[in-house]
This record gives sequence, C-alpha cells and structure tokens, in this order.
Amino acid sequence: MSQAATASSATISHSARRGGNLGDLIFEWACRGSGLLVLVLLGAIIIELFIAGLPAFRAFGIDFIWSTDWDPVQEVFGAGVSIYGTIVTAVLAIFLAVPLAFGVAFYLTELAPTWLRGPVGTAIELLAAVPSIIYGMWGFFVIAPAFAAHIQPWIIDNAGELPLIGFLFQGAPFGTGIFTASFILAIMILPFIAATMRDVFQQVPPVYKESAYGLGATTWEVMRGVVLPYTRISVVGGIMLGLGRALGETMAVTFVIGNANRISTSLFGPGNTIASLVALEFGESETGSLKLASLLALGFILFVLSFIVLATSRYLLRSRLKA
Amino acid sequence: MSLSMTAGSVPGPRKDPEVAAALGRRRKRADRIVRALCVGSTLIGLAFLASILITLTYRGFTAMGPNVFTRVTAPPGSDGGLLNAIVGSLIQASLGTAIGTPIGMLVGTYLAEYARGSKFGNMVRFVSDILLSAPSILVGLFVYQILVLPFGGFSGWAGVVALAIIVIPVVVRTTEDMLTLIPNTLREAVIGLGSPKWKMIVFVCWKSAMSGIITGILLAIARVAGETAPLLFTSLGNNGWATDLTRPMASLPVAIYSMAGSPFEDWIALAWAGALLITLSVLALNILARTLLRGRK
Repeated sequence: MSQAATASSATISHSARRGGNLGDLIFEWACRGSGLLVLVLLGAIIIELFIAGLPAFRAFGIDFIWSTDWDPVQEVFGAGVSIYGTIVTAVLAIFLAVPLAFGVAFYLTELAPTWLRGPVGTAIELLAAVPSIIYGMWGFFVIAPAFAAHIQPWIIDNAGELPLIGFLFQGAPFGTGIFTASFILAIMILPFIAATMRDVFQQVPPVYKESAYGLGATTWEVMRGVVLPYTRISVVGGIMLGLGRALGETMAVTFVIGNANRISTSLFGPGNTIASLVALEFGESETGSLKLASLLALGFILFVLSFIVLATSRYLLRSRLKA
Repeated sequence: MSLSMTAGSVPGPRKDPEVAAALGRRRKRADRIVRALCVGSTLIGLAFLASILITLTYRGFTAMGPNVFTRVTAPPGSDGGLLNAIVGSLIQASLGTAIGTPIGMLVGTYLAEYARGSKFGNMVRFVSDILLSAPSILVGLFVYQILVLPFGGFSGWAGVVALAIIVIPVVVRTTEDMLTLIPNTLREAVIGLGSPKWKMIVFVCWKSAMSGIITGILLAIARVAGETAPLLFTSLGNNGWATDLTRPMASLPVAIYSMAGSPFEDWIALAWAGALLITLSVLALNILARTLLRGRK
C-alpha cells in the first residue's frame, strides 16, 4: 500500500503489476491489440488494392500510369486521364480555397469581435460536416446552371482571347467540367484549411504580437511580419491536409465534372478523376474482368497519392500536434 | 548612409513629416483593404453554407410528405417513398458505430494511457490519422475485396464493416484527446488507493472524459450517416424492403445518388427530400456534439 502511494506517475504507467492481476493484463492487451488492428487495417487496404490491381499492372506495365486510353470494348485501359484530372482539380481547388481560408482564419483570430468568433467559426466548420453527396446535388442543380448561364460565358468572353493563358478559358459553357469540380472541392476543403490556420494562428505567443503592435504595426503588418512567419510550416501542413482531402473526394466530383475520358486544354471542358471514374464504372464491371482490375489499380494509385500528401501534412503539423 | 552617420545626424531615415504621413496613409490603406478582403472571404464562406441550406430547405420541403416516411422506393411515377432507405441507413449506421466505437475507444485509450511516447504508439497514431483523412471510396473497394467477392455478393454486413472502418479513426482521435486532458494527479490518486490500472481507466478516466468521448461518437455517426462512396460497392442499395443483412441493403445516400442522377422529376424531388433529411440530422448531430463539448470546457 505505502509502496503504491509513493509510486510516481511514470512508474505507474510502465509497471504492470505482475502479482497475477488478470484484469490489467487482459485490458492492456485488448488496447494494444486494437492498436495493432488499426495498423493491420491500413496495411491490408494497401496490399488488397495492390493485389487486386495486379492484373492491370501486369497487362499494361508501367505505361498504365500515363496511358490515356480507356476503351472497355477493346479492353485497353490507362490511368493517365484520371490521374491528370485528379491532380488538376485538387491543385486548382487549393488555389481557390487557400486565399479564402486565410481570410476566414485571419478574420476569426484577429478581426472579429469576440462574441462573433464562436458562431461564425462553428458555421464555417459546419461546411465540413455537410455530406459529399449534398455538395454534389447542390453543385449539379444550383452551381452548374449558374456557371453555364452567367459566370462561364463572361469569363470566356473576357479571358478567352488573352495571349498565353486564353486557351484555358475557351470552349462551350457547359456548366459542368474541371473548373466547376475544382470550385466545389474548394468549398469542401475550405473549412479544413481555415480551421488548421485558425488553430495555429492562435498558438502564436501574444507577447510577439504585442511587441509588433507596440512598434506601431497595423493588424495586417502583424499578420504578415509576425504571425505568418511564425506559423508558416503548420500553414503549409494545413494546405496539404486540404489537398489530401481534395484528391479523394468522390460523390461531389462525380456529379459536376462531366465524366469524359479525355484531357481537354480548357478548364471548362469535362474530365474525370480517379475517384469519380471508379464510382461510375465500378457497377458496370464484371467480376474478374480486366476493367475491374484496372479500377482497383486506380484505387491503389489514389491511395499512394493521398498517403504521400497526408503523411507530409502530418509531418509538417507535428509541432502543432505536440502542443 | 554611413556618410550621414559620421556627419553626426541621427541614424535612420530622414524625418520628413509629409513623407511620413504619406507612408502612414499607405500602410493604413493596405490594412483596410486586407481587412475588407478577410471580412469578404468570411461572408463568401457563410454565403455558401446559406445557399446550400436554403436550396435544401426549399426543394426538400416541397417534396416532403408522409409518403417519404411510409412507403418504399417505387418505380418513377408511382408515388414511392424512402422508408427502405431510411431504415437501411439507420441499421447500417448504428451497427457500424456499434462495432467501430469500442475498437476506437480501446485504441484511443492505448495511445493515451499506455503508449505515450512509445514508437509503436506513434505509429498507431500516425496510421489512425491517415485513415481519418483517407478517401472513403478506398474503404469501399477494400471491403468489396475482402467481404463481397469471397462471400458471393453485396450485403448489408459489408456496408456495416465499411462504415465501422470509417468510425474507428474518428473515435480514436477524440478519445485520445479527451483522455490526455485528464490531470495525472487524478490517476495517481486512484492508483494510490490500490486500484488496478484497468479499473482506474474504466471507472475514473473514461468516466471523467465521458462527455468528450460521446462527442466523438456523435461526430462519427454524423460522418457515416452521409457516406455514399463506401456503400456503393458494399451494400449496393436496394429498391425493395430489406432488413436482412446478408442481402443488398438500401441506404439514404445511395438512394439519393441514384435518384438525383435519374431523369425522372418525382425521383429527383425524392432525392431532395432525402438530402434535406440527411443534412438536417448530420448538422443537428454536429451542433449537439459541439454543445456537449462546450459545456465541458
């Protein structure tokens, strides 16, 4: 009894009492086993997807990754178009979302009156809670028609003739397409990036900011000269988290991207992403067919892509996680 | 610069009141512009949320009626409802949460109580965080490979397992966060009374972190309630009445997906009604979870 009373917390967590306390043993191993299960789960997902995609990798070799064919009739499949679509939509979404997210985080940490920070912050975070399929419907029935009727014709008229970048904005205003998908994705990842930025901005020691204010700096100068340099690694981590989310979004993109297996030079052209292609074509693939194997191989590639991005994000955010 | 310093004047820029005033005005203007842009971006973000909610409310309520809750899916034009999808969603989401939650809690407990700083623990934490943000469609493909192919067909159980896999990392995150907030003195006091460690965790740590853990579970339910992609390849969807978990089972998100993509007006209207139902319940769960957590803090 007295021994236990003087034991420090460090020894408590390490010395499982060996005096035959079965309950402790079972509980600890249940916890440890569940932890192991999570590791096994991730490993199994990678391995299963790779094995299932193996016939496609065997049949098409390394060319599978950049080949742009997708011909179910002749059984020739390539991942080029969907990898291109996945990366372009995700990167474009980041370009649209980051300035907005920064504005929201700046507003919530420095500008908004205190009583407004809670409600506005919650409202922005609720954007992250809205299911993907709702974004898809909203994008398809509200945003795409609005784009087709007003926004895209205007951009095509005004930017389509520009030298060098004009080709990006040419073509017919369908409403759906790469640009619309990126736009919806940007709204979906906005809350993730904004929340990370807000959290790391709040971790800047007040005395740094106060020193800058004391020198007569404006709010924006404090943000640019003190807060951003102090938090830039975590900010990039938050952006990578958004990118990782954008890569794998399925339902919203499937609704609005136009689903065509070709690379169009215009941002308003249709395309597809790995996730949207899998969601659409999976139901029409026969068990054991080369098409199904190709879709699973695409899944494997998507997993590798998002794993790299998410692991980088977590590495960059590690200082925040420790705090 | 060095010349002027040796000449004995004060170091630094020349003090010209007009230049200084112009500089000050420019800095103030830059500050005002950035402030305005930030308020603008927040308003844009809020406008998106408002637009989604208004669209859902308007189109959802016009399509809402008793049929939605009392009839199963019927062919276009014959007054069907979403009863089978609602029931299927409830079954799969609750079973998925019931399976995923204990595992997630145990993992979170392991990370917070046993594995602080250990290598294995860091690895589990890393993998769990990856699973939290990994594309959910891949979970669907995985479960298709391990449960649908070998057992000869789409089934409710496969959907349940896919949802459980998505629940686990959500619960892990909140359980660990909440347990780490508990002061060590509390643990020392319990151990000092001669309690075994598992009793300390279950009756003291879990109990004092309960509201936080429940928050995590609510968020997990909200997350899986709206998941579509993992169910497409596992429970598939079912236009008839089905509560048998060994057969394909309907769910609200999958029903919305197939109806919204159809060319029939009445199916699209039903899809909006379903979308309104899902969004309202998901947002309500989120707000409830936040209120619980705020009460704690």
